[in-house]
Amino acid sequence: MTGMRGLSVFISDIRNCQNKEAERLRVDKELGNVRTCFKNEKVLTPYKKKKYVWKMLYIHMLGYDVDFGHMEAVSLISAPKYPEKQVGYIVTSCLLNENHDFLRLAINTVRNDIIGRNETFQCLALTLVGNIGGRDFAESLAPDVQKLLISSSCRPLVRKKAALCLLRLFRKNPDAINVDGWADRMAQLLDERDLGVLTSSTSLLVALVSNNHEAYSSCLPKCVKILERLARNQDVPQEYTYYGIPSPWLQVKAMRALQYFPTIEDPSTRKALFEVLQRILMGTDVVKNVNKNNASHAVLFEALSLVMHLDAEKEMMSQCVALLGKFISVREPNIRYLGLENMTRMLMVTDVQDIIKKHQSQIITSLKDPDISIRRRALDLLYGMCDVSNAKDIVEELLQYLSTAEFSMREELSLKAAILAEKFAPDLSWYVDVILQLIDKAGDFVSDDIWFRVVQFVTNNEDLQPYAASKAREYLDKIAIHETMVKVSAYILGEYGHLLARRPGCSASELFSILHEKLPTVSTTTIPILLSTYAKLLMHTQPPDPELQKQIWAIFKKYESCIDVEIQQRAVEYFELSKKGAAFMDVLAEMPKFPERQSSLIKKAEDVEDTADQSAIKLRAQQQPSNALVLADPQPVNGAPPPLKVPSVSGSTGPESVARSLSQPNGTLSNIDPQNPSPDLLSDLLGPLAIEGPPGAVSSEQHGPIGAGGAPDEVDGSAIVPVEEQTNTVELVGNIAERFHALCLKDSGVLYEDPYIQIGIKAEWRGHHGRLVLFLGNKNTSPLTSVQALILPPAHLKLELSPVPDTIPPRAQVQSPLEVMNIRPSRDVAVLDFSYKFGTNVVSAKLRIPAVLNKFLQPLQLTSEEFFPQWRSLTGPPLKLQEVIRGVRPLVLPEMANLFNSFHVTICPGLDPNPNNLVASTTFYSESTGAMLCLARIETDPADRTQLRMTVGSGDPTLTLELKEFIKEQLIAIPVGSRALVPAAGPGPGQAPPAVQPPSPVIAADDPGAMLAGLL
Amino acid sequence: MIHFVLLVSRQGKVRLTKWYSPYTQKERSKVIRELSGVILNRGPKLCNFVEWRGYKVVYKRYASLYFCMCIDQEDNELEVLEIIHHYVEILDRYFGSVCELDLIFNFHKAYYILDELLIAGELQESSKKTVARIISAQDQLVEAAKEEAGSISNIIAQATK
Repeated sequence: MTGMRGLSVFISDIRNCQNKEAERLRVDKELGNVRTCFKNEKVLTPYKKKKYVWKMLYIHMLGYDVDFGHMEAVSLISAPKYPEKQVGYIVTSCLLNENHDFLRLAINTVRNDIIGRNETFQCLALTLVGNIGGRDFAESLAPDVQKLLISSSCRPLVRKKAALCLLRLFRKNPDAINVDGWADRMAQLLDERDLGVLTSSTSLLVALVSNNHEAYSSCLPKCVKILERLARNQDVPQEYTYYGIPSPWLQVKAMRALQYFPTIEDPSTRKALFEVLQRILMGTDVVKNVNKNNASHAVLFEALSLVMHLDAEKEMMSQCVALLGKFISVREPNIRYLGLENMTRMLMVTDVQDIIKKHQSQIITSLKDPDISIRRRALDLLYGMCDVSNAKDIVEELLQYLSTAEFSMREELSLKAAILAEKFAPDLSWYVDVILQLIDKAGDFVSDDIWFRVVQFVTNNEDLQPYAASKAREYLDKIAIHETMVKVSAYILGEYGHLLARRPGCSASELFSILHEKLPTVSTTTIPILLSTYAKLLMHTQPPDPELQKQIWAIFKKYESCIDVEIQQRAVEYFELSKKGAAFMDVLAEMPKFPERQSSLIKKAEDVEDTADQSAIKLRAQQQPSNALVLADPQPVNGAPPPLKVPSVSGSTGPESVARSLSQPNGTLSNIDPQNPSPDLLSDLLGPLAIEGPPGAVSSEQHGPIGAGGAPDEVDGSAIVPVEEQTNTVELVGNIAERFHALCLKDSGVLYEDPYIQIGIKAEWRGHHGRLVLFLGNKNTSPLTSVQALILPPAHLKLELSPVPDTIPPRAQVQSPLEVMNIRPSRDVAVLDFSYKFGTNVVSAKLRIPAVLNKFLQPLQLTSEEFFPQWRSLTGPPLKLQEVIRGVRPLVLPEMANLFNSFHVTICPGLDPNPNNLVASTTFYSESTGAMLCLARIETDPADRTQLRMTVGSGDPTLTLELKEFIKEQLIAIPVGSRALVPAAGPGPGQAPPAVQPPSPVIAADDPGAMLAGLL
Repeated sequence: MIHFVLLVSRQGKVRLTKWYSPYTQKERSKVIRELSGVILNRGPKLCNFVEWRGYKVVYKRYASLYFCMCIDQEDNELEVLEIIHHYVEILDRYFGSVCELDLIFNFHKAYYILDELLIAGELQESSKKTVARIISAQDQLVEAAKEEAGSISNIIAQATK
């Protein structure tokens, strides 16, 4: 063992530290020590260097930031002697990741080691590349690594590393391996006798076939051969058996590879494989030794997946189900976990659902297991196997579990319970019970659309109304109830409370007082609902109850001057209306039935199968001769214009309901600005449907899963896009230009959205490199096909977009990384040429990619000692340019400072003696310039804010020019979208009047992934 | 594939980390913090799998040390569980009944051995004998280089810890 006393002493010291603070001090001391030594290169012997980088790794492992010395670690790689080189390689691969710039410096050395003659060096280099190699490595090293892998003169030691190294390079860039030449080689590799090389090669194969199984079809019989060799003939050297099992890992990998081939055509191969699988299924016993057990079950579970994939004969399938049934009832937690997991997968296989149902009680037991991992699996399985026949049992179990479930599971649990209750409700009163219980037990996780949905059902089903009202009344007796419960019970009692009038405790004044008790505890979104309920209660008291009237009027009076517009308006208008007698009755009459719409929850759950669930809700919906004009189905799959005729209007309904019925089926085309319902407020209150959900109901339209199904609202009507118009052009959601400008100043958001697709973007920038991920989300229930994305790069950027799949499955999101490298300064913009087919319509768009100049700037604040010498050293054109700019959008200085900061040009306050001037600095990164300091000075004229003098300087003439022009663009025409994003410092004269300005796209979250998830 | 390997003691001290997917320093610290919280708090008789952020973490406790490996959701959990055991057996053979202290003071050895076992987050070698052979060959190379370096530099090195 190599003794490194210094290192051991340091580790002991750390261990002896009494507390975190002492440890930190010791670490800081050591880091200082290492730093000093690294600076003094002359006395730095290879031994010391080695010791120090180990210390750095140790400190890094303890969780401290080690932001220096990477260079020293990397430099050890080129040491001539093995001990130093070894340390260099291993520490580099632990400290750095593939995105570090330093790693690029090492490419040549690494390559020399790979193509060199020294076997031990080859191993070190291959290990590094295999563990942290990035795209650059893939491009320059793949051919060399391939050569090593197939070389007959290399020892297995090197070749197995080469195989996995190549796997990494392939993952980083699939083009690194040329399929045509490689497929045959790959097949040959599978004949390898050395098990180490064979194991690594099979891993490589798994990656290759997952990408393109056709090209590697000659490998299929070879995988079967490997399985025969291991599982049937047990033909392996002793050292490759693991607890008596011939390399379980290799068996698993071979079976994994086979799962990427759609079928096995050749009858003899198929037969041979099934023989092996049969042997595994039947011959795996539970043994005492835990490792042997795990290893044999690893093989068994993989065999099960393969059998499911191959769609074997029925007999074998039922064998599998029987095995799984056994597994989910064993005590051993790992096996039970995997049994539940695989049984959930098994649900996809036809004809076995009934057998699985037999295990229901067993699965419910697992829902109460002490292990959350197992409970999760049980929940998933129960959710998957639920149908009309067992919904009542399963949902009730879920509700029961909800009271004891840990916080992290409640959200999922309540969502699943709500979906199942709606989807499979055997009767409607049960549904109301379930949802009310859900609100009671986990109100925080019950989204608005769930309670909207309850209101909708109750309104549409007369026989349900007294029941719902009495239930709502019961919950109000509880001491502390969730605000959502206040909302739903207030709404229901306002509408149907009078149906309970004869029952004890249910007179209008009693209902009023129990509801009013809750008012002090609720938020401003609930108060409007309560006010509506009061008005309704008042209207329903016949003969009028002067005492109640007095109380309620006092409340209306109180809120007349409420700061919240919605509350204020309701209070004022209800007060006025309630004095009007007959008109009051009219306006506050019971709500008409809602048009039937498909629930957004169900839609979410149903996108796969559209089997006729005989749920009570669905049945009702079908039978109802109500004014449900359109039974909205999910958008037609064939892509032809939706065959939606203008429905004939049945007598009693007004134009409004026609308008409503026309409203988009999915609610996805909606263009309303959720932040701005005010224009409709008036009509809202004066219309016959005066009492609605809270204003929040409107915004739910846009927030994805809380879709259109929820509360009806006239605002809805204004958002209608006539159905006929959908045929050829797509209605964009949001303005592309605005979205682009917004993304120029931030790193994630939506780039493009139409009714079918949403493209989100998330970017990370590091120096002159950027990594963007495009999130392409299909918003529909049918696939988007012929998806094409092409990057049209400007000359100064190197862009690589990972291939986008041709088809995006329904409601799925695909991610496509885009690597960006900035070669030199330029203001040109890259364009994404994007197109797809929805049904027969081709939609295409050219979208600017927000990889703009300012993304390669990094904020940098200088002190005057740093700034002025630099500033003076730039003497004039072409490095320092000055221009007087006119027609500037007038901004007060703090606003301008914010603007600069927003594109990473940092204002350095106090540097310029003249308070009307700004001085700023930043660092620009590109390949040609490296990291380059840029300086700028803006001299403004307080008398005329439309003009200013700007001086920009940097060490590169192109950069100076481009940056100057860039800043100029920002100053002259600040794009509309970005305005909202510049943190404005007070209303300056430049601020456009807010009313005219189109609202900037409202984005619920910053993470496009999350946003899409919300939509789907 | 295995995205990372994490060895953490019952007290939450990190003994080894190895990342096969790119994580920044910040992300690494966050992952370690989050996962040790989840895993160290799990009771003794539960399964060896934890679902975490769309991944699965397979872990096993050996004395005071938890060995964790993070894999994709569709990967074979038991296979990875036995990779952990395989690694432990190799460490055991190398150190002769390994204990946490061995790994603390010889953490670099643990790294060398891991590198002979996994590359690119995949199993490289399933023979304990082969791994042991390679590691001892490496040790010999280092020893040989040391002797070659002669005594003087050794003395200097010893003097300047």
